Amino acid sequence: MSERWETVIGLEVHVELSTKSKIFCACSTEFGGRPNTHCCPVCMGLPGTLPVLNRKVLEYAVRAGLALHCDIDRETRFDRKNYFYPDLPKAYQISQLYRPIARNGYVDIGAKRIRIHEMHMEEDAGKLIHSEYEHETYPDYNRAGVPLLEIVSEPDFRDSAEVLAYLEKIRSLFTYLGISDCKMQEGSMRADVNLSVRRAGETALGTRTETKNINSLRAIEHAIESERSRQIHILSGGGAVVQETRHWNDDLKTSTAMRSKENAPDYRYFPEPDLPVIFIGEDFLQAARDSLPEFAEERQARFVEQYALPPKDAARLTVRRETAELFEAVVSRGAEARHVANWLIVHVPHVLKTLSENAEDIAPDPSELAELIRRTESGTVSRADGLRVLEALLSTDGPFRVSDYIRERGLSVNNDESALEEVIRRVIEANPKAVNEYRSGKTKAIGFLIGQAMKDLQGKATPATVRERMEAALET
Amino acid sequence: MGQFVTEINANGVIAVDDTIQVKGYETRAGSRILEGFKPLFSAETVERLEGAGYAVAGKSAVGEFGLDLLGEFAHGGPCLDASGALRGAAAELVAAGQVRGALNVDLNGAPRRAAALSGVDFLKPTYGTVSRYGVIPCACSGEQVGVTAKTAGAVRELLRVIAGHDPKDGTSLPAETYDYGNGKDVPGMRVGLVRELTDAASDDMKARVTAYAERMRGLGVTVEEVSLPLAEAARTAWNLLLCAETCNNVSRYDGVKFGYRSPDYRNIDELYVNSRTEGLNFLTKAVILYGSDALSKGRYVTCYDKALRVRRLVWEQVKGLFKDFDALLCPACSRTEYRPYAIADAFKTVFEESLFTAIPNLTGVPAMASGGVQCFADTLRESSLLNLAEAMEGSGAK
Repeated sequence: MSERWETVIGLEVHVELSTKSKIFCACSTEFGGRPNTHCCPVCMGLPGTLPVLNRKVLEYAVRAGLALHCDIDRETRFDRKNYFYPDLPKAYQISQLYRPIARNGYVDIGAKRIRIHEMHMEEDAGKLIHSEYEHETYPDYNRAGVPLLEIVSEPDFRDSAEVLAYLEKIRSLFTYLGISDCKMQEGSMRADVNLSVRRAGETALGTRTETKNINSLRAIEHAIESERSRQIHILSGGGAVVQETRHWNDDLKTSTAMRSKENAPDYRYFPEPDLPVIFIGEDFLQAARDSLPEFAEERQARFVEQYALPPKDAARLTVRRETAELFEAVVSRGAEARHVANWLIVHVPHVLKTLSENAEDIAPDPSELAELIRRTESGTVSRADGLRVLEALLSTDGPFRVSDYIRERGLSVNNDESALEEVIRRVIEANPKAVNEYRSGKTKAIGFLIGQAMKDLQGKATPATVRERMEAALET
Repeated sequence: MGQFVTEINANGVIAVDDTIQVKGYETRAGSRILEGFKPLFSAETVERLEGAGYAVAGKSAVGEFGLDLLGEFAHGGPCLDASGALRGAAAELVAAGQVRGALNVDLNGAPRRAAALSGVDFLKPTYGTVSRYGVIPCACSGEQVGVTAKTAGAVRELLRVIAGHDPKDGTSLPAETYDYGNGKDVPGMRVGLVRELTDAASDDMKARVTAYAERMRGLGVTVEEVSLPLAEAARTAWNLLLCAETCNNVSRYDGVKFGYRSPDYRNIDELYVNSRTEGLNFLTKAVILYGSDALSKGRYVTCYDKALRVRRLVWEQVKGLFKDFDALLCPACSRTEYRPYAIADAFKTVFEESLFTAIPNLTGVPAMASGGVQCFADTLRESSLLNLAEAMEGSGAK
C-alpha cells in the first residue's frame, strides 16, 4: 500500500553573532581558544556579578530582524530561563520570551514564503567536553555568553530542500549584514528540526518531535528523512507518534529519544530584573534600516541587468558580499565586466586552491586587479604570466603595484619578431611528424606545435600571435 | 553585642554586611552554602568607600542571604543584646560606636528593622542610585545597598560616597553623583501617617509612632493620617517576587565550583542534593519552594505576573500620595522587641513583618529608619528623609 504523506517542518535556528565581545561582558567571542581562557566573573556566573547589554548585539539583532521582514518590538526586554545544567553557570539563561526583539517576519525562498514566528536575543551556554577514557566531564565556558539570535519559523516547510534553501538564505542575509559567519561546522549556525507528518489532504497538524544536535546541512537532510520515515512507519502501523525531543547521532544516522513531553523541563521564565527594558527609538531604527545592504538576490538581478552577465555568473558573484563588492570595484576601475566575472569565478578560486587560502582571508586591491586583468586580456601580458601575477597578488607577500611587478620581472609580452621567428623555425625543424600531419590536412596538429613554441617562449608571446606566425611558416 | 563574622582591619571604620563582597575575604551571606567563597572582586560600594579613604573593619553578620528579620538564623548564630533580645549585628556595631557606619543590603527590610530597634539610622536609597555590583543577589528587582549610621548627617556623608552611576550595573540610573543636601526645609513639610501600617503594629509601637508624629508637629511639620489600601497587597506581591527571584538566584549554588560541598555523595546528583540540603537553612528552602511554585507553568500568570501588576498599582498609589506629602511615616516593624524563635515559624514571621517594609522594595522609593520609626519619600527625595531625620535628631527625638 502506498499512502501519500505530507511532511510538515518548522525550524529553530540559532545563529552566533560575530561581535568582538560577549553579550553581557567584555570577554572575547573568538572561537577555539584554550578552554576557560575567554571568561570573567560575569560569564562564569559568579555571585555579585551583573549583566550589561552589549549595544552591538542590539544593533545586529535589529538589523537581522529587519532583513527577515519582522516587526521590531520598540519595547523589548530579556527574561530568565531557568535550567540547571553544568554548561550554564548561573543555572539560568538570559533569553527573551515575553517581548522578543522581532516578530512576524518572512523569508522568501524562490516562490515560496516561509513565515518567521519570532526572533530573539540570548546568551549561549558553555560547552561540556566528555572524557573518552574516564567518566569525567570538563566544562569549557569560553562559549558562555556568546551572543545568539534564535529564529523560530512557522511550520511552513514541506521537505528538506526547502529547509536547506531557507538556511542558505539566512546565511546569505546574515553574511551580507556582516553579523555572523553562519558556519555550521563551527557551531555558529545550528538548527533544531520540528517535524510531523500527516496523510495527504489532512489539514490538522500531526504530533511533532523536535530533533536536536544537527551540525551540518547534510545531517539536516538525513535527520529529516530519518524522522519522516520513522513517523510514517509508526502511523502506518496504527501507532501514535510521541511528542518528544530527539537527539540526532550523525555517525549512526539515527536519532534517539531524549525526553518526552511529560518530563519536559519547566523553564519558569520571568523578566530579567538585572536588565532594564530597552526602548528602541525611531533614530536607532532608522539608522538600522539605512544600514541594510543590497542583498544577494537584488544584487544578482542588477548584475544581469547592468553588466549583461549570464544569471549563473551573477549568482556566483553574489554568493558572498565581499566578492560582489570586489567585482564592482574592479569593473569601476576600468576592467571589462565579463573579464572580471571570469577572473573572479574561474581564476581567483583556482589560484586560492593552489595557495590553500580561503576566500574570506584575501582582499586584493581592486585597482591592481583591474590593471592585471586589463593587461592580460589585451594581450600585453601572457595569460600564464597573468596568472602568476595573480598568485603573487593573492598570496600574503604584501601589496605591490602590478605594473612595477610586470616591468621588474620582464613579464611584458614583446612579441619580439626575430625571437619568435627563430623559435618557430626550431619547432618546425624538431617536429617533422606533426608538420607532416598538418600539411596532409590534420590541421589540429598545429595545437601541439603552438604549445611547443609557447613553452620555448616561456609565455612571452600571446598564443594568437604564435598561431598566426606558425600558420604562415607552415604554408611556405 | 554587635558581631563581625570576619574582621578585616582593626583601624577600619566601616562594617560591611556579609551579603556584600570584599575582595579576598570569605563572603558567606550568612549561609553555609557559601562556606569558603572568597570573591575575586569587591562590591562597587566597597570600592568607592575605600577609594574615599574609609577602611573596612569587617564583615557584619546577616541572616542567610539577608532573608530573615534580624539575622536570627545566621549560620554563625543570632546577635542578641544583654537582655536576650534579637538585634541586627551591623546596627549594634554602629550603636556601640565600634564603626562609623555600615553597608547593608535591604531586600526585605532587615537593616531598617535593625536600625529602628537599635536606635540608629538606616537609609535604603532609591532603586538604581547605588550600584548592586558585588551584592550576593536575591531579590534583584528591589534590593538596594543602604547605609547604617548613628546620625542622619553621617548617613548622608557615606551615601554621597557610594551613590552614583555604575556602568557595571545595568539598572543603575544615569546621574553620576547625588548631593542629598538641597532638600526642602522641614518647617512646612507635609507628612502622611500611614493608617494601615500603624494600625497593624503593637500598642507600644503605635505609641512610639504617635509620639514621633507629635514631635514632628513641634518642628512645624503638618502630619495627617493617610490611607494606603494596597499595603497588604504590596506585602504579598513583594514576597512573591522576592521568593521567585531568590529561588532563581540561589540555584547556582550547587557545591561544584565554589562554596560548601557535602562530603557525603556517591554521584553528581547526590553531590548537588546533599550540598544544598546541608548548606541551606529551612527559611531559604521555604523561599525556594514558594518562589519556584510562583514561576511554574500555569502559575506564572496568576502569581508572578499578577505581582508585577500589583507592583504597578502600588507605585501609582504611593506616587499619588507623594503629590500631597513630602514623606510617609509608619512603623519599621510591628513590635519594639523581638526574641529568638523556632525556624519552623520563620517563613510566616518574615512574611507578616514585611507588611511594614515591603512598599519601598516593591516600588523602589527611598525609605529611612530613624528614631525607632521609618519614613518613605518619593523617588530621589532622600534629602527630604535626611532633613526630617536630622531635624528630629536635633529636637531630641533620640
